[in-house]
Amino acid sequence: MDAKRELFQKLQQDILLWQGFKPLAAGKAERIGLGEIEDSFPGSVFPKKAIHEFITVQPEQSAASDGFIAGLLAVLMENGAACVWASTSRRLFPASLSLFNVAPERIIFMDVKTEKDVLWITEEALKCEGLAAVVAEVSNLSLIESRRLQLAVESSGVTGFILRKDGNKTASTVATARWRISPLPSHTEEGMPGLGFPRWQVELLKVRNGKPGSFILEWAGEKFKEVKKAKTQNIWSEAEGRQIG
Amino acid sequence: MQRRFVSIWFRQLLADWQLIRRPELKDVPFVFAAPDHGRMIITAVSPIASNFGVETGMRAADAKAICPGLEVLDDKPGRPKNLLKGLGEWCVRYSPIVAIDEFGMDGLMLDVSGCTHLWGGERGYLKEIVSRLKSKGYTVRLAIADTPGSAWAVSHYGRVTPLIPTGGQVDALLDLVPDALRLRETVLGKLRKLGFYQIKSFIGMPRSVLRRRFGEDFLLRLAQAIGTENEVLVPLQVPVAFSERLACLEPIKTRNGIETAIHKLLEILCNRLQAEGKGLRTGVLTCYRIDGKVVQVNIGTSGATHHISHLFKLFQLKIDQIRPALGIELFVLDAPKVDVVAVPQEEMWTSTPGLDDKSVIRLLDRVAGKVGFQVIHRYMPATRYWPERSVQRTVSVTEKAVTTWRVTQPRPTELLKTPVPIEVMAIIPDHPPKFFIYKGMRHIVTKADGPERIEREWWLDQGEHRDYYQVEDEQGGRYWLFRSGHYGGEQKYKWFIHGFFA
Repeated sequence: MDAKRELFQKLQQDILLWQGFKPLAAGKAERIGLGEIEDSFPGSVFPKKAIHEFITVQPEQSAASDGFIAGLLAVLMENGAACVWASTSRRLFPASLSLFNVAPERIIFMDVKTEKDVLWITEEALKCEGLAAVVAEVSNLSLIESRRLQLAVESSGVTGFILRKDGNKTASTVATARWRISPLPSHTEEGMPGLGFPRWQVELLKVRNGKPGSFILEWAGEKFKEVKKAKTQNIWSEAEGRQIG
Repeated sequence: MQRRFVSIWFRQLLADWQLIRRPELKDVPFVFAAPDHGRMIITAVSPIASNFGVETGMRAADAKAICPGLEVLDDKPGRPKNLLKGLGEWCVRYSPIVAIDEFGMDGLMLDVSGCTHLWGGERGYLKEIVSRLKSKGYTVRLAIADTPGSAWAVSHYGRVTPLIPTGGQVDALLDLVPDALRLRETVLGKLRKLGFYQIKSFIGMPRSVLRRRFGEDFLLRLAQAIGTENEVLVPLQVPVAFSERLACLEPIKTRNGIETAIHKLLEILCNRLQAEGKGLRTGVLTCYRIDGKVVQVNIGTSGATHHISHLFKLFQLKIDQIRPALGIELFVLDAPKVDVVAVPQEEMWTSTPGLDDKSVIRLLDRVAGKVGFQVIHRYMPATRYWPERSVQRTVSVTEKAVTTWRVTQPRPTELLKTPVPIEVMAIIPDHPPKFFIYKGMRHIVTKADGPERIEREWWLDQGEHRDYYQVEDEQGGRYWLFRSGHYGGEQKYKWFIHGFFA
């Protein structure tokens, strides 16, 4: 019986490894700066060798996701590696990335005409070991396409970020994590004018072998800062009385 | 190596060509004539017609009078050039550098340095050309010498031998008429008037004297014939330094077959490139089909490389464009553009990741091959404030930023390509709005920052300045709005949304 359990454990660990979760090396905590969110992942490690999917229905969500990804890219591109950003309808403003400690000139933009080309580029780029990350903006991602991307990632170890525009939550993909980032009102000292640091509601909708959750996060100029006490504020996208169109 | 040149003079280029096309004209005197000032002027004469005394430059009517039964054919301008081009391309078998004789437009110039030994020496070489052209139907005169000028002179006017030994061009020229120097008619007239019937009668004269009487061009031609001045031939086909060909026993029709052919060619070419420390920048694969059509595909790389599997992958993306039809019998792989490649010591140092990482360069090549070079770009900071122009697009991977990115002013993570007009309610002038309506949604502004005034680049375009506000609505959405123009100014001001903050 014990032998069987051991075998199961071994298999589980293997599966985790293939899915991009590295076991924590002894005495070496590899953090990406997301604080408590990282504990949601198995082994408390942000999976770098994985596909992360972001649901961006509203332009506000898309902008928040861009900011969040830029914050992650700052860590991923620390060693000087480049990043590919593939899209058909890109609105990202390169000049803003430097506010998130990312060097915009190290991002190679590929603005193509068709979604098919975006997926092709994404797959090819994910196979390219010299890159730190690949960001792709697509409107839809099928199971087969996501599987291909995941296979590419597993061999190279490049982090893939997919910005998906359709809000279909049931759409099944093999992405390791599914996120939804929505903006929250920023916090300023009482009576002070102006805007505070960008603050987001970070919803981890799905994690492979982890526990999903909802967090409030701030980009505090240099790094992510978690806002501990969750306020009873509505999530932007689920606010009542909001009509679209 | 001693440079050697051959001049081929087609004595009756057009007449020979016509006889090849229409052998029935063999016993008929005929001439080519072209209209000039309302008359038909003879441009080329057949051998039989010339026996009657017909010459070029005569009027066709006069020629008909002295030569009964003369057939006058229409001449087309540019025909000799086209003929010579075709013959020159055929002559590439004798030397890679073949040029058209632009002076007389009735001959070819070959740079044969290092070619003649393949035909057993210069005599055998000339014999081969003469007999091959004769069997085609062209009568030619040839000469070989150290300079194109002297070869031309001897081929047209020489009487002794067509083989001018190295360094013997001056001796060969001495007895020739001045016409052999390719001079203009006015200069030749002057020379004749002064009694210079042979080159030796003026070759020893001081240069200054000759220049004063006959001009700079005369001296240049003389020097080119003697060899003190260099003459450059313009080759018909620029020889490609790196070119490999693969002829197939059986016509190739399948994708597998084409892939094998490309792989074989790449292996040979890349080995050569590697041995010479070069890398391919552009590659052209030409497929000659058995139905006579030619199919070409091109690849380009962003950095010089002789990596076989990488180049093969680039060609693989293009194989779909090759239509083999009945089959391909010959593959030719050219590398028209090569660069020196830096060979890194891969084993000793692990490469640092970055834009010039090898795998990244290969990725870019693949994308460029499949989707096109134009989709790949990066952005550089520009020293301008107008938001749309504050980033500079660049296609180069190696370009470095000349200035730093500004981080002092907030910029939205998403910028709309063109600002979208919005409806706004602002109570106090020069204050951020109370609320705005964008796409039918009302956003009540709770926090705001600004304004940041950005002036228009008046030297480029005209219009109002923009006052940018960073606003946050009740739900936390952060937007970049601006008012175009002054509040309550003479012109009507307008509000726009221009971006979304993270």
